[in-house]
Amino acid sequence: MANIEIKPLPYPTRVINVGLDLFAEAMQEQGIEVAQVSWEPPVKGDPELMAILDDLL
Amino acid sequence: MVTKVQIRVHEYHDSVRLMQVSERVRREEGVQETILMMGTDNNKKILATAGLHTAEVEAAAANDLIVAIVADSQEAAKRALEKANALLMQRASGVSNTYRSVEAALGAMPDANLALISIPGEYAAAEARRALEHGLHVMLFSDNVAIEDELELKKLARERGLLVMGPDCGTAVIGQARLGFANVVRHGVVGIVGASGTGIQELSVLLHRQGVGISHAIGTGGRDLDAAVGGLTMLAAIEYLAADVNTEIIVLTSKPPDPEVARKVLESAARCGKPVVVNFLGGDPGMISAAGLTPAATLKDSVNEVLYLTAGDVSQGSGPGTAEIELQSLATREAQRLGPEQLYLRGLFSGGTLCYEAMLILREQIGEVYSNIPLNKKYHLTDPSTCRENTLLDLGDDAFTQGRAHPMIDPALRNQRLLQEARDAELGVILLDVVLGFGAHANPVEGLVDAIQQSRRQAEKEKRHFVVVASVCGTEEDPQQRSRQEKLLSDAGVLVANSNAEASRLAGAIILANRQAGK
Repeated sequence: MANIEIKPLPYPTRVINVGLDLFAEAMQEQGIEVAQVSWEPPVKGDPELMAILDDLL
Repeated sequence: MVTKVQIRVHEYHDSVRLMQVSERVRREEGVQETILMMGTDNNKKILATAGLHTAEVEAAAANDLIVAIVADSQEAAKRALEKANALLMQRASGVSNTYRSVEAALGAMPDANLALISIPGEYAAAEARRALEHGLHVMLFSDNVAIEDELELKKLARERGLLVMGPDCGTAVIGQARLGFANVVRHGVVGIVGASGTGIQELSVLLHRQGVGISHAIGTGGRDLDAAVGGLTMLAAIEYLAADVNTEIIVLTSKPPDPEVARKVLESAARCGKPVVVNFLGGDPGMISAAGLTPAATLKDSVNEVLYLTAGDVSQGSGPGTAEIELQSLATREAQRLGPEQLYLRGLFSGGTLCYEAMLILREQIGEVYSNIPLNKKYHLTDPSTCRENTLLDLGDDAFTQGRAHPMIDPALRNQRLLQEARDAELGVILLDVVLGFGAHANPVEGLVDAIQQSRRQAEKEKRHFVVVASVCGTEEDPQQRSRQEKLLSDAGVLVANSNAEASRLAGAIILANRQAGK
């Protein structure tokens, strides 16, 4: 365990926000740099299919 | 009365935005009810309960938006639909740079170092994995992530020297960046590692009020210290804080861990070279002392231990002796306003750990309490919609949040529940937490006070009075401003305590005083 080098804490924090707009807004209010990913559920809403696609990509 | 239902095919909005739009449209003239929801099976059930189950609703898919309006007239319903549509068009106003994927976002912000993920749990692990593979630390706010996925993500993070905070991580503070639900507290020397969001919030707020700041607060998620996950995030977080030059004291907080995981965590903490206060709420303090670390029983006790270690200002106002006498006399006075049958306490919490801390304190005072998250399984509330005797509810628990935003964001459910509990003639005291900070509702006390006043009017008709005790987890610098929220509560006759622990003790003391008066 000890022989794995840990990366420094992410500071200054630059965030990719995947999900709630609320959090992106709250971070922007604090002056944190944010890129918002407008996530939407896959059209068929099938998590299993997505897992297969993820493995392929 | 007119009901209008509109289905907007392939239009996705997150549950918080939908709640915000519903709240705004509901205030329009002539509108009785507004529900905006994605067409998931669970949401269709909620709509059915509200009497809004039409053939169109049944046909909607999970990524179709359902807009349901109940209004006084056709005209009002039409206006409400137009208002909803206009509000939905306004995307997150300040956030101009939006992308379709993590990769596209990284293309535009190649120096990004953390992904905050808050999408539905079933999809969250895949996004988290992608973020880790791109070298990003992850804060996983989403819950309902499979424990196998959690373990896999944490192992992957370990291999890459990254942190996975969560799943179900509500709060994190990295330097002065507040992520998820977090309060505006001063920067300082205390590093917190916590398994729960509100645990971290209460600790950081109470330290802030004593003039002590925090360096970082790292959330682990509620299952990190289970045997199946093995404390991977807490162990990594201890390493981070041990290496961090700004951190001088470390506080660990969680419910009692798996014994083997506890042993590993304590061993690692003992080796880290910094003083560590450990608060395994309700856990065995002997194991902590034996490891050479400082045990604390509650969140409030952890703060006292930190103050002792920092040798800062440890004066607690008038001192514990006087404070206790004041609390007792206030409790006796309040109990005199109750009838002899008003023997029970109901706690309605938005913060899970605040609920848990309150149960630990109350168990010592008035005995075991019923709950949806009980300390003792024998007191598990089989039907969370009905309280019995002394009951404390965590309204942020999955049982209450399916298909809707957390009560810290959307306080409506608690306000309704308060109205329900206040009708019980055996109710003596209502105990509440109000959580402020980024992410939380902009004015959580407003609706709460309306509910309290409405209930009080009803109780007065029945010649009944009940006591409300609350604490506000927040700071003056929070967007909602602590003093403003506390004043609104006090003006409504609520007894406002300085911490959740103090509120719990006061509530328990009132119940005890009324029991004794009846003897």
